[in-house]
Amino acid sequence: MTSPLEAFAEEVGGVDAGPVTCRGGGTQWHLGGVASPTARHVVAPSGVVEHQPEEMIVRVGAATTVAELQDCTLAKSQLVALEADRPEEATVGGVLACGRAGLRRLGRGPLRDCVLEVTAVTSTGRLVRSGAPLVKNVTGFDLCRLLVGSYGSLAFIAEVVLRCVPKPQTERWFCSQGADPFEVRSRLYKPLSVLWDGDRTWVGLAGYEVDVADQAAEVLAAFAEAPGPPPVPASGTGTRLSLPTGDLRKLLQAPPGPTLSGGGWLAEIGVGVLHCDPAASDALVEGGFLPALGASPPTAALGDLHRRVKENFDPSGRLNPSRSPLADHVTPKTTRPDLGGVQEPALRVAPAGPVKR
Amino acid sequence: MRVTSHVLMTLGALIADLRAALGVEGVHADPFELKLYDRDASTMSGRCAAVCFPTSTSEVSAVLRTCRSHNWPFVARGSGTGLAGGAVPSGPKPPVVVATTRMNRVLEVDVENRFAWVEPGVINLDLSRAVAGHGLFFAPDPSSQQSCSVGGNVANNSGGPHCLLYGVTNAHIAALEVVLADGEVVRLGGLDPEPEGLDLRGCFVGSEGTMGIATRICVRLTEKPRSVSTLLADFTDMDSAARAVSAVIGAGIVPAALEMMDKTIVGVVEAYVHAGLPTDAEALLLVELDGLPGGVRVESAAVSAVLSSHGARTVRVAAGETERALWWKARKSAFGAVARIAPNYYLHDCVVPRSVLVDVLGEVNEIARATGLLVGNVFHAGDGNLHPLIVFDRREPGVEAKVHEAGQRIIEACVRAGGTLSGEHGIGLEKREAMGLVFTDADMAAQRCLRDAFDPEGRCNPDKVLPSGSAGCGELASLPPGAWI
Repeated sequence: MTSPLEAFAEEVGGVDAGPVTCRGGGTQWHLGGVASPTARHVVAPSGVVEHQPEEMIVRVGAATTVAELQDCTLAKSQLVALEADRPEEATVGGVLACGRAGLRRLGRGPLRDCVLEVTAVTSTGRLVRSGAPLVKNVTGFDLCRLLVGSYGSLAFIAEVVLRCVPKPQTERWFCSQGADPFEVRSRLYKPLSVLWDGDRTWVGLAGYEVDVADQAAEVLAAFAEAPGPPPVPASGTGTRLSLPTGDLRKLLQAPPGPTLSGGGWLAEIGVGVLHCDPAASDALVEGGFLPALGASPPTAALGDLHRRVKENFDPSGRLNPSRSPLADHVTPKTTRPDLGGVQEPALRVAPAGPVKR
Repeated sequence: MRVTSHVLMTLGALIADLRAALGVEGVHADPFELKLYDRDASTMSGRCAAVCFPTSTSEVSAVLRTCRSHNWPFVARGSGTGLAGGAVPSGPKPPVVVATTRMNRVLEVDVENRFAWVEPGVINLDLSRAVAGHGLFFAPDPSSQQSCSVGGNVANNSGGPHCLLYGVTNAHIAALEVVLADGEVVRLGGLDPEPEGLDLRGCFVGSEGTMGIATRICVRLTEKPRSVSTLLADFTDMDSAARAVSAVIGAGIVPAALEMMDKTIVGVVEAYVHAGLPTDAEALLLVELDGLPGGVRVESAAVSAVLSSHGARTVRVAAGETERALWWKARKSAFGAVARIAPNYYLHDCVVPRSVLVDVLGEVNEIARATGLLVGNVFHAGDGNLHPLIVFDRREPGVEAKVHEAGQRIIEACVRAGGTLSGEHGIGLEKREAMGLVFTDADMAAQRCLRDAFDPEGRCNPDKVLPSGSAGCGELASLPPGAWI
């Protein structure tokens, strides 16, 4: 009998089967360039295949929803560092293909680090596997990292094995007006999250109850308990910037000027992600921080390297045509002080909604 | 390897051009000296054409451009502590070795944002020492950390005891400046959390020198834990110790490190370090818990109870930093200390699911008995990363064949048990022919697609990782159908 993985590979087909696009829950469908209107849609296998709590691994079909994944592991007091704004709709494969971590990245680490094994369908309709269902492994070249954030442009993720971690005894959130988020972050040991909107600071702490209580008493005396992180401004229509943490501080603090005084943004302190609603994003453009939105290639050599990777994996360009991990790129006006190496943009804007041009 | 007169002539021209690029001091070609660079810390050796000592990115680029114009292969080399032959020069032409030892500066430390830019020749432990005053450290801590380089750590995606909690090297590298095989310089990754494009940084880490040479490395630094508790438990049988490992993880605790040593290893390290280890025990577990004080107290008590209930004869808690350091010295000296038994060792590196540790350790012991070899075990039990250590004397006739046979059988046993070839040492030359045990031709063709994108002409550390004669990238389409996964 044909397995779900083999059936998916057959559905993707070989080069003769024409352009094809893989769709998850569609919650981040606007990212990575405009989807080809003519490409055939395919959907990866779905469902939890196995959860082995004692090995701290879970194997799921790529179209499994994030909610189903988390429900499964939480039943055994484990979780996976993979979050989504709409977990009931977003799929594991879709989240991985877009490569964006959630608001708890500071504590839980980047999305890519939770992937232990990937089984993917190539442009020739073959199933290939990289990694292993083991928590430690350096066998062979690392296609797992390559496919996270590749927008399905190299191969379609069919099934993954993800790293589980013990669910912390407690997770608590705190909020305060007027606190210095940078100082708070530097005083806390391994906070789950520190968020700032220019006025209020939110802090998430996770771990043993005694530690969370101790840290809260020591550092967060002026904070009040909060139900959780705040909503992301204009989720789905705003912009999302990725900045070096030092640059984020410079952008937000020195000089603050009027640029972002209108609010409408949320910064992930210690991570470098800045979520902006359309007005805040316009303010950044008007303030001269973001001269223009839209695709612009990185250095020629890096662009060539990207092109060779794409051509080697998908020479006919049939996988997710018109999608590219370089699509949501912006050339910044300022870069961090150069170290004598290659000049490269330090800022990146990826739209959470449609790109303004 | 046969070197023809034609190769010798072109070799002379190559060395002349390398010297024109780096100066006479920067290129060594004395036959005696070249012998030193023919090998790494594995049991394998090769042959190199010259050794270059660049001091900057532009000099590395100049070397690689020269190699390109001569169509000559090259191999990057850090400290040569690799155990899988990754830095052994190999291939039809003797490669140029590019040693990074003169690129050993810490360029920038950003304490607030917790990163450092370093050159590839910086020694792992020197980096942690350089930032220790700021309460920070570089988390990957291989046993060779006193001598291995950060560039080598990047190439091998190195681990170490504390990677159980902190993750292997890949998790600690933010960005890399890389000279590609054609001499072009690219920056992979970035200081921002979601750099544009593909995660080529992630692919480069662990590529064993086959995708270019990293000339500047941006490492993420980790805040030192506020509290540490180190436990030492001894067992009268190996199986109980192995079961205790699974039980600790099963209790929902991920220690910072969870190490095992068997009786053979404890005997030699105790004679060397005098750490007060119980030499009559069949197995020791070294468990470290770190974090905030409250949680460390909770976990220390819980782990202690789990170990006792799984047959630990005694569980000791390190009385202070001195005792803790001594225990870790014992653990990390194991490979050097076995010289007390015999002059040579062959250290293996496989990973198995934790739940089969008991069975696989039993098989390893059976293989040792069957081949008449002495095998010690000192390894990262918490993540199932075995390090069977075969101790032998190369001068004994026929012993090397037995050592390799035992090694092959150990690898096969691990793979049969659901494991894989390497947890942290890499594939290099050593295990490339075993890749077919865990990957299909299609899997390896896809890996070749990645490697070829970085190095289309195949000059960058030839013969490594992928097996000889494995399918090329373009052959992915034409592979015969069969077992796909």
